[in-house]
Amino acid sequence: MADERTSASRRDTLRTLLGEFYMAPYRGAVARARRDEDDIFMLFVFAELMGVPNPATYYTLELQPVLLDRFHEWHTRMGLEHSPLDHFRCC
Amino acid sequence: MNAIVLAAIGLVAVFSGYRFYSRFMAEKIYQLDPDFETPSHAMRDDIDYVPTNRVVLWGHHFTAVAGAAPIIGPSIAVVWGWLPAFLWVVLGTMFFAGVHDFGAIWASVRNKALSVGSLTGEVVSHRARNLFMIVVFFLLLMVNAVFAVAIAGEFINTPASVIPAWTAVIVAVAIGILLYRVGVGITWPTIIGTIVLYAVIYLGELFPIALPPVGGVAPAAQWILILFAYAAVASMLPVWLLLQPRDYINGIQLFVGLGILYGAVFIAAPNIVAPAINPNVPPATPPLMPLLFVTIACGAISGFHGLVSSGTTSKQLDKETDARFVGYLGSLGEGALAIVAIIAVTAGFSMTEWQSAYVNAESFGAVGGISAFVEGGARIAAAGLGMPLGFAQTLLAVMAVLFAGTTMDAGVRLQRYIVQEWGAIYDIPPLQNGYVATGIAVAACLVLAFGAGGADGAGGMIIWPLFGTTNQLLAGLTLLVISVMLVQRRRPARYTLIPMVFVTTMALLSALYQLSSLYTEGNYLLMAIDVVIIITAIFVMLEAVSALMRERRAAAGMAAS
Repeated sequence: MADERTSASRRDTLRTLLGEFYMAPYRGAVARARRDEDDIFMLFVFAELMGVPNPATYYTLELQPVLLDRFHEWHTRMGLEHSPLDHFRCC
Repeated sequence: MNAIVLAAIGLVAVFSGYRFYSRFMAEKIYQLDPDFETPSHAMRDDIDYVPTNRVVLWGHHFTAVAGAAPIIGPSIAVVWGWLPAFLWVVLGTMFFAGVHDFGAIWASVRNKALSVGSLTGEVVSHRARNLFMIVVFFLLLMVNAVFAVAIAGEFINTPASVIPAWTAVIVAVAIGILLYRVGVGITWPTIIGTIVLYAVIYLGELFPIALPPVGGVAPAAQWILILFAYAAVASMLPVWLLLQPRDYINGIQLFVGLGILYGAVFIAAPNIVAPAINPNVPPATPPLMPLLFVTIACGAISGFHGLVSSGTTSKQLDKETDARFVGYLGSLGEGALAIVAIIAVTAGFSMTEWQSAYVNAESFGAVGGISAFVEGGARIAAAGLGMPLGFAQTLLAVMAVLFAGTTMDAGVRLQRYIVQEWGAIYDIPPLQNGYVATGIAVAACLVLAFGAGGADGAGGMIIWPLFGTTNQLLAGLTLLVISVMLVQRRRPARYTLIPMVFVTTMALLSALYQLSSLYTEGNYLLMAIDVVIIITAIFVMLEAVSALMRERRAAAGMAAS
């Protein structure tokens, strides 16, 4: 049992070290790339509310409450100091 | 002399440098404080600023700084004999590179993890920052051109390396997709990817690829064009898809390669056939002094390390005291690679072969290089580890190509960022476009690759000493920043100032020497670049004197009041 635990913990350590070695130099770049993708996704979800026709709105509507937490951060990052939506105040 | 003796002396020397000199620097000069709140904690955002295990950070730092350059430099520099190259690599690693890399991390950590470029502006002056940008631009330009020429040369010398080298790109993309899109853990892709890479070497041997001349375009020129077309596409791809996994497998290869080479040297125990000092150098070989010190930049001291130290390493340093382990030991790893490269090109041949490769070479531009390292290293690996010679040759050629290729990928991408930044600074929208910026970056590198070496790109290694000169200038600038910080803190600055004066002087003297030889050869493109480097070097020295005198006066004023 003890041997099994040791080998399992060794595998975990190896996985962690390799994972860190993989991620360490590119953590920032990957996070930024992911954020850029998320920003486009936010635009899809909130496009209709800003007057941009989006045929996918029917499907993305129920995501709006889920993404509300990120809304303020997103519009400020997009260069809008205040919420662009009159009926949708966040700041 | 037996190569084991040389390897042992070299390794013991650089490790004692770590054990004693780096401790002295850490305790007395940089005065590292284990309780200092590093930027990874103070500014933690779990993106750029993340406290990271020091072994992981060392692995990253080492693999980022070591690559093809510490192989190419020493394999050219042994033309003057093995002793000068060996001494410069060992002493350079101990007293120059270690202090430089370690110091760059310290300087950055003490200044909110700013990059050396920004630090130059903050600590020295804004003029010095502009000089820094010029040096970085030329450094990237040359690194891309030199490595493209080196890879093309290796594809021609070892046609069996073509399939394995390009398979590495496919393996990298597969790892990227498995990790980010499929969500597989890291261990299995690593193991399978590494096995595939080595298995494909056999495939490469079965199907060597040699390009025929097409429409008057020589094979070397074709490869250079293909490589830049690839680099342009690669630099536009998301980092997670290619650059990150490529860097990762490259790092694994580096560890495997060092293990194979040192293991083989210690088992095969070959004799060094090259003379300690070679008086019969080929025609047009420049004098050892000052050219040795720019021919071997990476492996002894390289300004490029400062960019890595202050770019990503300093943002992830957990404790300030880790800087010694990560920085000094990272450069020591590169020194170890340079030492084994010296052994490969001086002990992997018979005396006659060595003389035909170095003494009887057509000119300085034709000596050594990656092909000598591959040839000599493969013989030692074959003798020591019992590998078939052909397999060992392809293995080392693929490793060298991968090291150079990964640097080229990153280099073209960085060059593109610089062009885009210029577009933003000078408000020229087309330059900010990714495709236009990449096109300009690649075109500039191509002009240099062909302009320096003729239509077949074969003589592109003429750029190598200029590349080393630029690299040393950058190292000089980083050492200047560290020295100014030490003077500001009223600590002895001579441990960084002496290396700074030395590398900058050698860079300037080399640039002046090359000016006359480039003029004689009628290579006006490189001559123009050389003139810019000379002017930059003079300004770096003036900035150094001005900044140090200013800080000395300020320190004296404080003492008086």
